[in-house]
Amino acid sequence: MRPDSVRANTLHHVYGWLLLMPAAILLIAFTHYPTVATLINSLFSKGNIVRPSRFIGLGNYEAMLDDPIFWKAFGNNIWFAAGTIPTSMILAIAMALLVNRALPGRGFLRMAYFTPTILPMIAVANIWLFFYTPEIGLIDQILETVGLQGKNWLGDPDTVLGALIVMTIWKEAGFFMIFYLAALQNISPELNDAARLEGASRWTYFRRVLFPLLMPTTLFVAINALLNSFKLVDHLFILTKGGPDNASNLLLYYIFESAFSFLDATYAATLTMVLLALLAILAIGQFVILDKRIHYR
Amino acid sequence: MFKMFRKAVLGVAAAGCLLYAGAVQAKTELTMYYPVAVGGPLTKIVDGMVVDFMKENPDIKVNAIYAGNYNDARIKALAALKSGKPAQLSVMFSIDIYDLIEQDAIVAFDDIVETAEEKAWLQSFYPSLMENGRTMGKTWGVPFQRSTIVMYYNKDAFKSAGLDPNKPPQNWEELASAAKKLTQPDGSRWGIMIPSTGYPYWMFGALAMQNGQVLMNSDGNETFFDHPKVVGALQFWKDLGSKHKVMPAGAIEWGTLRKNFLEGRTAMMWHSTGNLTAVKKNANFDFGVAMLPASAQRGTPTGGGNFYIFKKTTPAERKASMKLIRFMTSPERAAEWSKKTGYIGISPDAYNTPTLQEYVKTFPPAAVARDQLQFATAELSTFQTGRVRKLLDDAIQSALTGAKEPAEALADAQAQAKTLLMDYK
Repeated sequence: MRPDSVRANTLHHVYGWLLLMPAAILLIAFTHYPTVATLINSLFSKGNIVRPSRFIGLGNYEAMLDDPIFWKAFGNNIWFAAGTIPTSMILAIAMALLVNRALPGRGFLRMAYFTPTILPMIAVANIWLFFYTPEIGLIDQILETVGLQGKNWLGDPDTVLGALIVMTIWKEAGFFMIFYLAALQNISPELNDAARLEGASRWTYFRRVLFPLLMPTTLFVAINALLNSFKLVDHLFILTKGGPDNASNLLLYYIFESAFSFLDATYAATLTMVLLALLAILAIGQFVILDKRIHYR
Repeated sequence: MFKMFRKAVLGVAAAGCLLYAGAVQAKTELTMYYPVAVGGPLTKIVDGMVVDFMKENPDIKVNAIYAGNYNDARIKALAALKSGKPAQLSVMFSIDIYDLIEQDAIVAFDDIVETAEEKAWLQSFYPSLMENGRTMGKTWGVPFQRSTIVMYYNKDAFKSAGLDPNKPPQNWEELASAAKKLTQPDGSRWGIMIPSTGYPYWMFGALAMQNGQVLMNSDGNETFFDHPKVVGALQFWKDLGSKHKVMPAGAIEWGTLRKNFLEGRTAMMWHSTGNLTAVKKNANFDFGVAMLPASAQRGTPTGGGNFYIFKKTTPAERKASMKLIRFMTSPERAAEWSKKTGYIGISPDAYNTPTLQEYVKTFPPAAVARDQLQFATAELSTFQTGRVRKLLDDAIQSALTGAKEPAEALADAQAQAKTLLMDYK
């Protein structure tokens, strides 16, 4: 090689790295470094004045497996995900199909569906707190007028998680609807005309044509819904603080409690690693499994 | 010519810098975090007090930083400590004391006070307010924004139920029987509500003490959750809902309880004195404030925030901090603070000021919290306090929701608390 081309080559490399640098610095500083630091942290014991923090290997993980609150929060999180994801997605598709048609007041309806999404979770929780409150809450007052006995929705371990799931669906469905609506607008109306000519029923058209075409959106929405079901805990601070007796405790809220209420950073790091691994596995699984069934145009 | 001009400008600038540096050096600068746990324009009141202090002490500059709720204030203060740019003093939750000692963050007031007068000042507060600030033979926290639990009751409801509105229940039996009369069978009004979310351990501290037993020792390394009297207290709490049926079953929300009371959905509620001003403003019926009823004795835990001085401070900063704390806790300031917020005047002298004497005369409920102080004890606080508190909270909630029997729930909590506190003996 001539020295000239070597120099050009090096310059090319430098140029490339310089282009990557801003993104790389941000990613390393705020994603990769914290992840590694959390992993290292989770292998140490919680220190105090008497006994400084020391390396204990997987000790924190063993303690975690013996921790009933961890298992409770974990189980709750699974139910929370199972309760929120399918329902909010089905609702999102239904709402999108509805407002995709030409009907009077369409703009207003779209806005109405989308409104819960633009509210911050804390505000939503404060609103719903006064829906669920026994005696003076909206739900109980409606029940009272039709002669039914009210219920302590958030104070009963049997109903509290359900109450949170309903609220979350209300908040999320409108957001997912926007994605479906965008996807529906991209689908050519000729497909519908063709299906009509062939005599396909509406249901068949939806099942055989529309839904497969929406699959890329469904994958995107499903992953987002899954992440959200583990990421959304703001409402717990307002509504239940994880209670009663951990009946509504979720993993991320338990991590917050460990770190900032128990001042046990290493245990919080341990729980964080578990949550991280869990989400990574689920996301990868979704990509691998659903990818095969998706028709990308 | 131009050069000379430039030299002159530079010279003036340099001199200015020197002067400025000198001024800064002479001034002691203090950073103080403080939390606000109840509604109202409390930040304005604190900031106003700090401005008054700086007027009186021009050599001290105070940056008073509002730091959210008690939890946020502790997190921020500890984070500042680790970042190397710590605060010199802060108002934090009185029960944070063991966490702060364990983190080696604070210094005991006994090591700072010098003169006999300062030592006397340290003895000038209500003793029950000092309980959460003292441990291991030293005083670590000085009371500032402190409260207790009191019983608010609806006098109109008492009248309509045929009860004497000026005779609130004095003991547990009277409480249960009055609540029975006050409860409407159609569910439109309950007899009593004791909140069991947010701070269940706090309410429970009152019940346990009334039954004759405190929840922990004063070294913060032993709890008494499974003591028969403590179990009895939880049984009574549960019975109000499940046996006497005068309180809704399940957990009762702390945040919406005041509204329940104001809407007449409960005739009595137990709540912080910090709510007094809000209830006074919004009640459209005649209400009373009473001491909590007794079983074996009366009892309530104290609550609220204390002043702490951090360890990473110079002698000059400690001196200035002491000055500020003494200013903020002086009888006149404490009286003004109590009147504006509903918090307790922290020393007997505060109640002897004309401000509070006058206020108590025109609004007698303001004196209930003070009179109850003689029956008060420390709020639950131990080493590992966050975890221990959660153990008790969970036990209480599991008993109230019927998942476990009180004795079983408390025995479990005690066993786990014992394991947590083993290292601190």
